[in-house]
Amino acid sequence: MALLEVRDLDVRFAVRGGDLTALRGISFSLDKGERLGLVGESGAGKSVAAFSILNLIAKPGYIAGGQILFEGRDLAAMSERELRKIRGNRIAMIFQDPMMTLNPVLTIGTQMVEAILAHRKISKKEARAIALDRLQKVQIPSPGKRLDQYPHELSGGMRQRVIIAIALLLDPEIIVADEPTTALDVTIQAEIMDLLLDLCEQENVALMLITHDLGVVSQVTQRMLVMYSGRIIEQGPTREIINDAQHPYTQGLINALPQLGEPGARLFQIPGSMPSLKNVPTGCPFHPRCNFATEQCKHSMPDYVRSGNVDVACYEVANLIEQEKHMQEAES
Amino acid sequence: MTTATVSRWDRFRESFLWYSFKRDKVAIVSFVVLMLMVLAAVFAPLLAPADPYDLAQINIMNSELPPAGLAGSDPAFPLGTDAQGRDMLSTILYGTQVSLMIGFGAVVLQAALGILFGLLAGYLGGRVDAVLMRIADVQLSFSTLMVAIIVGAVFKASFGNLMFGEIAIYMLIFIIGVSEWPQIARTVRASVLAEKKKEYVDAAKVMGFSTPRIMFRHILPNTLSPIFVIATVQIANAIISEAALSFLGLGMPETQPSLGSLIKSGFDYIQSGSWWITLLPGLVLVVLVLVINLLGDWLRDVMNPRLYKG
Repeated sequence: MALLEVRDLDVRFAVRGGDLTALRGISFSLDKGERLGLVGESGAGKSVAAFSILNLIAKPGYIAGGQILFEGRDLAAMSERELRKIRGNRIAMIFQDPMMTLNPVLTIGTQMVEAILAHRKISKKEARAIALDRLQKVQIPSPGKRLDQYPHELSGGMRQRVIIAIALLLDPEIIVADEPTTALDVTIQAEIMDLLLDLCEQENVALMLITHDLGVVSQVTQRMLVMYSGRIIEQGPTREIINDAQHPYTQGLINALPQLGEPGARLFQIPGSMPSLKNVPTGCPFHPRCNFATEQCKHSMPDYVRSGNVDVACYEVANLIEQEKHMQEAES
Repeated sequence: MTTATVSRWDRFRESFLWYSFKRDKVAIVSFVVLMLMVLAAVFAPLLAPADPYDLAQINIMNSELPPAGLAGSDPAFPLGTDAQGRDMLSTILYGTQVSLMIGFGAVVLQAALGILFGLLAGYLGGRVDAVLMRIADVQLSFSTLMVAIIVGAVFKASFGNLMFGEIAIYMLIFIIGVSEWPQIARTVRASVLAEKKKEYVDAAKVMGFSTPRIMFRHILPNTLSPIFVIATVQIANAIISEAALSFLGLGMPETQPSLGSLIKSGFDYIQSGSWWITLLPGLVLVVLVLVINLLGDWLRDVMNPRLYKG
């Protein structure tokens, strides 16, 4: 059984003039120790997906349907009290901006000790020892001193290390990292990503990495999901998707990356921009920007088809697979 | 651990607060004057030459003696005496004590109510917010004096003058505290609304903290600076309110005078030339309120996040 299994998750936002669907029929699973990447443009629903895993969508958002099974128990149907036992304890989360996620008026030590004491019945001294141990794990310079410092006394990279240390405090099964390196500069990004990868491997923690950086996804994750306008349009092993993307959108994303081999060439751009939730196109939400769009794409939403180990939601891919089958049958 | 731990005192001495305090002469003078007055008030029983509450020490023959340096003054009464023959210096010291107690007490009550309701309204929002803020609006639409006059009159009528003297101080703290809490509640609510959108609150939720814990432990400390600023000003306001009530005869009785009731007791004798009975406590009141307001202004400048680039 998968550690986390999300089935047909629908998330909506109740606003004036009707509901907006932020996530539509999201299904995926995460095994123990597995590293999963969640990729998409801004507004694709990545962060909503992350928050909904902890059942923490802020009003006016709500989970309209589907299940979030963590060790077989549905988080979407759980009481606030039970959820609190899981948040931070079994599933931890790392946010984008380390400048903002630490409380500016409490010392690092206080915040870490509090996080432990919210879940464990141990003494402050023992909690402090755990905090110190985790700070050592994230290789922060002079960890003992950091405990008594305030967030503003640390640099951005150090703060993100502290945040990772906080995520590790209670030995969680899953860490959800929502663009953990976006706010850092490039050299620090690489260090933090390496650290996160090492720690997840050492501690056998499952990682759900949300990012728009395909480079990071290809280095860190084993499987990936590509999201577009609240839907998963392609999911499968990272290597397969990066090497041979099936969905026209994923292909566009990969082609849009700068290639070292071709200096001077213009970067590829997917024409248009992602539709807002207020007017999602009918049929496949990507069809207005897609070069392969047909009449069928405008009217109905494609189902998932399997290509290799990858699930793709695209009529074009489905047609290609059909054609290949016919050709093989004709040959034999 | 070989690393030197930084004590709170060291932190304070490196802080912007201390830095700007050292460079602001007005703030230093105000603070020193306020501290002198507070200390004098707290140690009034030790400093005062006489106990104005003790009827046995009062001699009516000493009434309306002028302050030292004027014709007819008595060296035993450096600031003169009032109409009952009480030593003005002693009554002013005791009166300042009463005024300060009411000022601080009322603000503590205001802050307790204001912080609690402000946090609840700001953080929970929705119906709780609507109900609490409407209560605050209603409360603010009655003037403090009006409420105090009604409540004071009712108390006085139902307890009688003697009993009233004993509970007057608590009644004043209660009235001023309850009628002014919306000021603090609104300030707190506004800062909570700004704070609760910040990511550290999301992070706290993700860590599995309970709602009260997030409200009091994580958001409240971040809203303290505006609370400090407004509380300082509110102390001055509470002292003024108390003085006004006492002047109207609804505050402290003359047997336990506050600065306000001292002013009132002397007011009847101004025509007969005994100006010091009103003027001296009046001066003390003005200086007290002035230094608190000056300190409040300075605090507001320092704690204004737009000016403070830490």
